[in-house]
Amino acid sequence: MTADIPRTVDAVWRIESARIVATLAKMTGDVGLAEDLAQEALVEALEQWPRAGVPRNPGAWLTVVAKRRAVDLWRRRSALDARYRAMAHDLDETTDEEWEPIDDDVLRLVFTACHPVLSREAQIALTLRVVSGLSTQEIARMLLVPVPTVQARITRAKKTLGAARVPFEAPDPAEWSARLAAVLGVVYLMFTEGYAATSGERWLRVDLAHEALRLGRVLASLVPREPEAIALVALMEFQSSRFAARVAPDGSSVLLADQDRTRWDRGQIMRGSEALRRADAVGRGRGSYALQAAIAECHAVAPSVEDTAWERIVILYEALGRIAPSPVVEINRAVAVSMATGPATALRIVDGLAGDPALRGSHLLPSVRGELLSRLGRVEEARAELLAAAQLTANERQAAVLRAKAAAL
Amino acid sequence: MAKYMLIMRNSGSVENYADMDFEAVINAMGAYNESMIKAGVLVAGDGLTDAAQGAVVEFTSDAPIVSDGPYGETHELFNGFWTVEVATREEAIEWASRAPLGPGNKIEVRRMTDESDFADYKDNEYVQKEKEWRDAGL
Repeated sequence: MTADIPRTVDAVWRIESARIVATLAKMTGDVGLAEDLAQEALVEALEQWPRAGVPRNPGAWLTVVAKRRAVDLWRRRSALDARYRAMAHDLDETTDEEWEPIDDDVLRLVFTACHPVLSREAQIALTLRVVSGLSTQEIARMLLVPVPTVQARITRAKKTLGAARVPFEAPDPAEWSARLAAVLGVVYLMFTEGYAATSGERWLRVDLAHEALRLGRVLASLVPREPEAIALVALMEFQSSRFAARVAPDGSSVLLADQDRTRWDRGQIMRGSEALRRADAVGRGRGSYALQAAIAECHAVAPSVEDTAWERIVILYEALGRIAPSPVVEINRAVAVSMATGPATALRIVDGLAGDPALRGSHLLPSVRGELLSRLGRVEEARAELLAAAQLTANERQAAVLRAKAAAL
Repeated sequence: MAKYMLIMRNSGSVENYADMDFEAVINAMGAYNESMIKAGVLVAGDGLTDAAQGAVVEFTSDAPIVSDGPYGETHELFNGFWTVEVATREEAIEWASRAPLGPGNKIEVRRMTDESDFADYKDNEYVQKEKEWRDAGL
């Protein structure tokens, strides 16, 4: 079995497309057009390479072809202006070996694809397309939506960027943190969408999570002085180390406490720890991804639920709750407190969350409350809470577990 | 995604490097490694020192035989490896073909096993034990 040309073209595309699109976007100032031109070059490669062979520097070949397409386009638009003349001159001078894509352009591409004028769905679809270099079919498979839906999201995203006159630039210093946080948010949302999938197409969703991890690594190398970008990689490494143990043979999900820890990927955990150390070494303190990664690390290195550094986890959740307050973080802190110091203190935290609008309709609060009450021997109240939680969860298996717990009291 | 090992082999041992500009070699390899890190695919990698300083433990029907230096009959020495995490076999091959290596070198591209390769033997005692060993960090 040797590598056949179309699959080689795919592989080259996967490796080079972000940089090709970024180079063209820099030149044309238009990500949508850049992507179209790059796609045309890809089609030409599929026609030519089977006859002529794969060029020595395939990325440069594709870029030059796409640039020529851009010039053709401008010529057809009869815009024989200075920009065109400069371009034509450049192309005459360009040889295959000279192409030096600039990392800054790839970073601009990431910021543009995750621009706040786009919806989350559009950001994800466009990022997978122009940064990850995935085909519409591959994206549709990963996101579990029909191909035309992905096509529509990408087309719309490109039009929106054009309509909003979004420049092909990295954000100004004043906007930098917020925009970087938005990019990290897109990557992490992509990851959690893959991570949360439990049944049916679960392996395809694992692909989505792996794609997010790959994007995270790319991003961390583009902004090596940003601790949160590195910490996000650490967090995703820790969480994906548990993929194999997370899915039961029937496709349902297995809770952390019930997972077979021997199935956690130790190599991945080591990479997570290494990334967290690198993030810490920047010396700017821990942000929310670093704190979450540190919590995930405590679980990852613990031999069992009992032998987990729960006191440390409590402190990490306290810090996380201060910089990124959320009732879900508080519930997780309560669970850690119950493991570290007992259920009574934890129940006080949980009771403080009663009536929080963000938790209304969620099974989270009653299920944790039920658990704590049962450990305190308050059987009747515990049963009522567990049954209430079973009513609220959409996951059938989880509901069954909760009902079984209530019945066993 | 799957992990592939890119196994570097060299037929002429390290003598080839003697008349090379070693700094240029380091720079070329560094740039290559950096390109894989930036693409988010490199997960591990190491080079090996001179095979002449190594040893070979050879298994026989009796006790293993230990000898100094490179493996007796072979003309291709294993000099280092990269582990890449990529979507397809072709992508692994494409990365391998970008290594800054001259004539006489070869890279073997092999997919690394994962749990799925042992799915039919999940209950096997030793498959279970291997998981425990890995868990213990051995």
